[in-house]
Order: sequence, then structure tokens, then C-alpha cells
Amino acid sequence: MLEAVDLECVRGSRRLFSGLSFRVARGSMLWVLGPNGSGKTSLLRVLCGLVLPAAGSVRWCDEDVRVARDNFHVDLLYLGHAAAIKDDLSGRENLHFGLAQSGVVASASEVEAALREFGLSGRDDLLARALSQGQRRRVALARLALAAGKRLWILDEPFTGLDADAVQLVQSHLVRQLERGGAAVLTSHQEVDFGALPVQRLPLAA
Amino acid sequence: MSEASLAAVFAAVIRRDLTLAVRRRSDVFTTFFFFVLVVSLFPLGVGPAPDTLRTIAPGVLWVAALLASMLALTRLFAGDYADGTLEQLALSPQPLVLLVAAKVVAHWLVTGVPLVLVAPLLSLQFGLPSDALSVVLLSLLLGTPCLSLIGAIGAALTLGVRGAGGLLALLVLPLYVPVLIFGAASITACASGMAAGAHLSLLGASLLLALALGPWGAAAAIRIALE
Repeated sequence: MLEAVDLECVRGSRRLFSGLSFRVARGSMLWVLGPNGSGKTSLLRVLCGLVLPAAGSVRWCDEDVRVARDNFHVDLLYLGHAAAIKDDLSGRENLHFGLAQSGVVASASEVEAALREFGLSGRDDLLARALSQGQRRRVALARLALAAGKRLWILDEPFTGLDADAVQLVQSHLVRQLERGGAAVLTSHQEVDFGALPVQRLPLAA
Repeated sequence: MSEASLAAVFAAVIRRDLTLAVRRRSDVFTTFFFFVLVVSLFPLGVGPAPDTLRTIAPGVLWVAALLASMLALTRLFAGDYADGTLEQLALSPQPLVLLVAAKVVAHWLVTGVPLVLVAPLLSLQFGLPSDALSVVLLSLLLGTPCLSLIGAIGAALTLGVRGAGGLLALLVLPLYVPVLIFGAASITACASGMAAGAHLSLLGASLLLALALGPWGAAAAIRIALE
């Protein structure tokens, strides 16, 4: 489904990677590994189409993502470093508007169920500024529960700042995403066991 | 869960920005009171000579509106840029140009509309004839959205730049000049007994032009800023 052809990325005067090619098939996952500064986040941003690669192209369903941008975005869920959580909105509002701008309409009960699943019941009307770092991450990740329609998930460090329960939860959503024929690309420093799932590892050198 | 239509996403962006504006009322009040204070200081400083006041009124009102709108511009995209919301908007299935337009609409509702509504009241201090008050209202109604739209391009171009405020003023103020000239001239014309129609038409034309180019320019600048 997702295909990278001969990607090269240059930040400032440094070449982060070049000649990078891979495919992510339906129901499989790409795990990008590497030390800090090896270009993991840059790779994800190139895959999303936020950053233009210095060479090569990213193709989604055999179309270049910069050309068929709208089609690609219908299928894409991206969770970046910055979680797009507004301090002055409650968890519920953050989730609702966050989904809306990625083109997903969720009913109030669905939003509530997602927040409950991510351990935020009773705190859904609390402004995000009153939540802890981990809880803010949970609000951001609760999007996964309602993103079944998105065939490609690109997650930057989804496990950072989460406790063991939440890691488990995110993992189970990833499993479900692959089982329904979706694909995922993620970066993580944490060792997470995905068992028998088709996980492709992509190490980037510093 | 279902796929959101363009109208739904557009409305959601406006609603979110309005909700945020209500939660951060001080930002809105700053712009509003800046306008009210600057305009009110002139009659006090210049003295109670009705003829002088009447002559300077259009210019004072418009320059104050211009500066007040500038004051609010830096916040238009900066928050969304810092917390990753702009990335999400750029990756939305709906066109970024229209989502940027939604943000500008929300910004105008919060910073422009209060100025439009209070301006006729303020112009009483300058002894403007009563039939000029409607022109004050109308010219600002056409002009302030122009300011927001042109300003959006500047705000997007200065994203992530150090000292963005100063640069923004340098970029945007020259582009505000036509709006200032037509806007002030319409009030002057009406106050001196001439028809303001021509100036208002020119303001309307500026608004259409800004409407066509502003969101498009701002969206392009945002994509560059995100790289």
C-alpha cells in the first residue's frame, strides 16, 4: 500500500538518509528504529508529505502522495511529536475537534467511550492544562480508538510517557488496525512485543 | 464514525477557535480596548475644536482599526503552529486553503466585528454628522475582513521566525494602505456631503480580491513553514 522509492532527506547541511526504499503492505507494520537525530521523525514527515524529500518519492496505492494529496489524507492518521492538544479545551473537546479536522465525525457517545477506554472517564470535562503529561498523551492517542476508517497510521513515538496499561492499550489498537487490513508506521525507542504480527524493522544509522 | 463533509470541518474549525477565544477572553479584550482607547485619546489630546476633530476622525478611526487588527495577528497561527494543530490541518482530507479561511473568519468574528460595532459610538466623540455614522459602520464592515485576510498571509509567512511581530508589521502595513485610503476617504466624503458609494465599492473590490488571494497565500506559506 505504502511505498517509498529511493528516498533521500537533507536537513540543513546534513544528509539524514539516502537511497531508502521500502514497502508497507496491507496488514503490516513498519517500525523505524535509530538513535536520536537519525532522522526518524523526518522520515515520518516525509511519508506524510509534510516535508518534500530531497530525492525519491512516496507512493500510496500507486499514486504519489504529493499529487493525490486529498485521497491520501482521507486514509491517513498522523500523530506527531506535538500532540495538537489545546490547553484551553477539555479532553472531550480536544478529541472531538482533533477528529473533525482529520475528517472524522464522531458522536458524543463515541468520543466518551474512547476517553473512557483510555482511562479518562470523569476527567473528560477538565481543561487539558489541568491534565498530566501522560493524560494529555492519552487524550491524543484516544484518536486511535475512533480512527478505524483510516487505513494508514503514522505514529511518532506513540509509547513515550505512557504507563504499562496505556502501552498495552495502544498496542491492542495497533493489532486491530493490522487485523482489519490497515497499515502502520511508527517510531519507538521502547521495546514492544508484537508477537506474530508482520512487523518490518527499519534501522536508521546516526 | 463517518467521513466529515467540508462544511462540517469548516464549522468545526470556526467553533474551536471561537471556543478558545471565549476561554482566553483577555486576548480579545486587549484588541478591543486598544481600539477604544486610541480613538478616545485623540479628542482629549487635540482639544475640543469641532472642525479639526471632524477632519481627523476618519484617519484616526482607520489607523486605530489597522493597528488593533495588527495587534491580534501574531496569535492567528502561532498557537496552532506550536502545538501541532497546523500539521493536522495540513494533513486534513479537506483543502488547507478552506480551513485557513475558516480560521480567518473566526479571527475576524472575534477581533474585527467588535471594532465595527463600537466604531459608530466612538465617532460621536469627533462630532461626525449622523449620516456619516452608517458609512463608518459600513466601511469598517467591508474593510476589517480585508485586514484579517491580508494579515493572515503575513502571519503565516512569519511563523517560526524570531521577532515575528516587527517583521509582520513591515510586511503587512504597506499592504493595508489601499484599505486605509479607501476606508478613510469614504467617511471623509460622507462627512463633507459627498457620496461615499465609489469608495465603498473600491473597498468591496479590495475585499473580494483579498478573499480570493488571502487564504491561498496563507495556506502556501503555512506549508512552507511546516517543512
